[in-house]
Amino acid sequence: MSAPVVDAKRHTPQGDPSQKPSLVHRLAEHGIDRTLWLLVPGLLFVIVLFVYPFLYGLNLSLHPNKGGMFGAYKAFFTDPDMRGWDSLWITLKLSLPAALINVIAAIPLAYMMRGNFRGKRLLTTILVVPITLGTVLTAEGLLNFFGPRGWFNRFLGLFDLGPVQLVQNYWGVLWSLIISGFPFAFLLILSYMSGIDPSLEAAAKTLGADWKQRFRRIIMPLLAPGLATTFCLTFVLAFSVFPSAILVGDPSGSTRVVAYVAYNAWGQMFDYPLASASAIVMGVVEMIVIGVVLMLRSTMYKGSTGGKG
Amino acid sequence: MTGLKEDFHSLHLDGLTRRFGGQTALNGLDLTIERGEFIALLGPSGCGKSTALNCVAGLLPLTAGRIMLDDQQVDQLPPEKRGFGMVFQNYALFPHLSVQKNIAFGLQMRKVPRAEIKRRVAEAIDLVQLGPHAKKLPGQMSGGQQQRVAIARAVVLRPPLVLMDEPLSNLDAKLRLEMRTEIRRLHQSLGLTTIYVTHDQEEALSLADRLVVLRGGEVQQVGTPQELHETPTNAHVADFMGYRNLFDGVVERVDGEHATVGLLGTTADGAAAGALATRDRVRVGIRPEDLVIGAPGATDALTLDATVDVVEYQGREFAVEAHLATGEAVHVRTSERPTEGSTIRLTAEAHRILVFPSAAEPDDSGAAGASAPLETAGSPA
Amino acid sequence: MSALVEGPAPRATARRRRLVASPGKFLTWGGMAIFLILLFGVIASVVVNSFAGKWFDSWLPTSYSGSWYGTAWSQYDLTQVVLTTLIVAVVVVALSVLIGVPASYVLARKKFPGSKFVMLLFLLPIMMPPITYGIPLATLLNYYHLAPGLTGVILANLVPSVPFVVLTMTPFIEQINPSIESAARMCGASTSKLFLRILAPLLIPGMLAAAVLVLVRTVGMFELTFLTSDSSSNTLVVALFTAMTGAGIRAQQSVDAMAVIYMLSMLVLLVIALRFVNPTQLVARVDDSKD
Repeated sequence: MSAPVVDAKRHTPQGDPSQKPSLVHRLAEHGIDRTLWLLVPGLLFVIVLFVYPFLYGLNLSLHPNKGGMFGAYKAFFTDPDMRGWDSLWITLKLSLPAALINVIAAIPLAYMMRGNFRGKRLLTTILVVPITLGTVLTAEGLLNFFGPRGWFNRFLGLFDLGPVQLVQNYWGVLWSLIISGFPFAFLLILSYMSGIDPSLEAAAKTLGADWKQRFRRIIMPLLAPGLATTFCLTFVLAFSVFPSAILVGDPSGSTRVVAYVAYNAWGQMFDYPLASASAIVMGVVEMIVIGVVLMLRSTMYKGSTGGKG
Repeated sequence: MTGLKEDFHSLHLDGLTRRFGGQTALNGLDLTIERGEFIALLGPSGCGKSTALNCVAGLLPLTAGRIMLDDQQVDQLPPEKRGFGMVFQNYALFPHLSVQKNIAFGLQMRKVPRAEIKRRVAEAIDLVQLGPHAKKLPGQMSGGQQQRVAIARAVVLRPPLVLMDEPLSNLDAKLRLEMRTEIRRLHQSLGLTTIYVTHDQEEALSLADRLVVLRGGEVQQVGTPQELHETPTNAHVADFMGYRNLFDGVVERVDGEHATVGLLGTTADGAAAGALATRDRVRVGIRPEDLVIGAPGATDALTLDATVDVVEYQGREFAVEAHLATGEAVHVRTSERPTEGSTIRLTAEAHRILVFPSAAEPDDSGAAGASAPLETAGSPA
Repeated sequence: MSALVEGPAPRATARRRRLVASPGKFLTWGGMAIFLILLFGVIASVVVNSFAGKWFDSWLPTSYSGSWYGTAWSQYDLTQVVLTTLIVAVVVVALSVLIGVPASYVLARKKFPGSKFVMLLFLLPIMMPPITYGIPLATLLNYYHLAPGLTGVILANLVPSVPFVVLTMTPFIEQINPSIESAARMCGASTSKLFLRILAPLLIPGMLAAAVLVLVRTVGMFELTFLTSDSSSNTLVVALFTAMTGAGIRAQQSVDAMAVIYMLSMLVLLVIALRFVNPTQLVARVDDSKD
């Protein structure tokens, strides 16, 4: 410290023992102070109602009624009443295409609607309706609309086509996943799309990029992480498919999804270890898919905020 | 509630030190502020000036040091008990309260009687000339008006000390000049004691009675605007004070206050701004306005030939950027326009050439680089 | 109209583009139109059927009747069901806001060791299928005799609701400038005054939005309620599911009448919700912090 200062130095900070920072002070440096008490109810809640039940279920699944430690898991995959592999395969066969269709169909629409125009709010509001109504009501509507005597088959009848069987099978469930999932994906992607600074596109325009080049070189790279997130969230919705698999599907055959199988073990067979094992397998498989997508997301996107706002 | 007296004599900052994790944002700031003084803390971003202000305010706890208001120690008090007023860089007005209620808030907190609140708020609104806007919400007002509200809110409490954290940096150039005058006027008419943080040397020079130049958390120099402007203690302060031409050199001869330095392939006589010895590496500082274009005179201590690159018209003067034969850029201010590409001869007088020892300087890149993130971490603004 | 035009293109170009839409645009807008027609058909067929007197092999019913609503109301004991739905929704909203808002304040303002982990803990219940954590939870609640029943339904519905409040409120609190809190302190406000006079008024819009979102989600939540309810604690959506799976004995029209009642209540909630939030928020919080 060669810099001249006005006051004579009476003591250096290090020299005075009474100036040593207190423990409270040092904890506060790391963000630990009384404010943290506000977190306690929330934390307590997660632990009691989420973590504890989950561990309880895990423990339960490892103590099955028969078959040793992993008996329940073995039963899930091999028991003729469970046929876990089949149900996982069926669930993925429904949820992956549904999530992909929803995201891919939403991209061009969101791109065209990224600006402001009259009726945008109305359209987004209409699209929120099926999400709000939920899968149970959608199922009821699908049954009526696509049913053998419903309007759809009646319409096909005008051209001497059909009737086509679109409910009580795979297609009914896929439809219900699209009706509630597409608006979800669209609205999310639209908000990511509007988050891309319009001046970036304007800049690309001045540099001579046509709309295809702008879309491919500017919009898509900036949108990619948002797309991955949207895919994950849509996939979670589709993977959890339960009521519509029963209502508009064929729960004993082509739409025997894993949620249904797990529920059956719980509510019909009353085999709680088996049900817990099924639920946990379901969660693990879902997390694996999400993990893969998020891993891809981290490779394709590094750093930059992508011009939000 | 306020506890602290308005009529104090002086405020002592005694070894104020603040560390974040292992990094020191402010190291041993000592300063005595007399009542009625206007003090500016000046420095580049990351120099610790905002940290210092927040420590005085009580918004950041001190790692070490004391703050004394006369004989009362205030550094253990929470900010709401210190009773200082503060004006924030982004105004920090309460967005849900009208101008009136924003200004009244502090008085209400101090349980001032209703009638008096009304009177003092009206006074404060008049003071900052916001009469017609009293019922508006902050969001409905321009930046300059919001800043006036923020100032009124701080001074209505008649605080012993007003802290201002870069209050003008979000305003456009014209408004900044207006508000600068306004702040100085308020400071004088209300007899305030003010600590003002800024990175703008012009602002600091024009407003403050005394300046504190900080760099990397260390105090570089304390003094009146004139002292800092004319006799900066080191090259960094000089750089900040408008000595745009800084060249490396080696001392050839020392003669009391005078030093002869070899630089840029020639020699220069200059005023020593510190202890110098022969063969010392030094930085030589010359202000653009102290370089004269023309033939060398008798008293000239330095003569340089340069080629003009860029000429900028700046009202009464031209700012010229030129380069020397050795490649260094040199900045000159002149009243006559030289033509681009022409060669000019530059001269300067010995007492306008400052020679700073460069060995005593803390490592340039290290200090600045380490302290840069501290400013953001330290200032809640 | 101008939706087909991108940006402030010159008028002539705009007109040409509008007349000759490219195949890509034609396809996407066509796709959207088909989607909306299907959506309309799906909803309308439920509504029309609920008013149908006789409807066999024709486009529209041959006669109309409003009596199915009365039938449905008494048949499915809808007074009880609607009451349960209301109680569950209100209690879940109140509790999740009460628990979630303080937690989100801490998560928005503080970086402490483990804050990332706590955030992840709040994220998990939203990312996991409800059945996955619902089954162990329901088993546990059964074990403690909290389910099946109203208590169980409320507790189970809190699991995704509290995290949802946290995820909605955290970015909201982050955008409130912390220097406003500093300013209040400099004005002499104590901690309680700061919360009461400054933070509470600033947080209310966000809290309303979060509350409304939780309300819509709770009334629409099927899986968790289904796992923890009994016949006396069914919410509307579970009652609807039960009626649909148990149909056959009962007239399809009365099920549709109940579906319309459910639909109307959801639409009312939606209209209320849209006063406080934009449609996108109803879907999910676009969480910028993850980017």
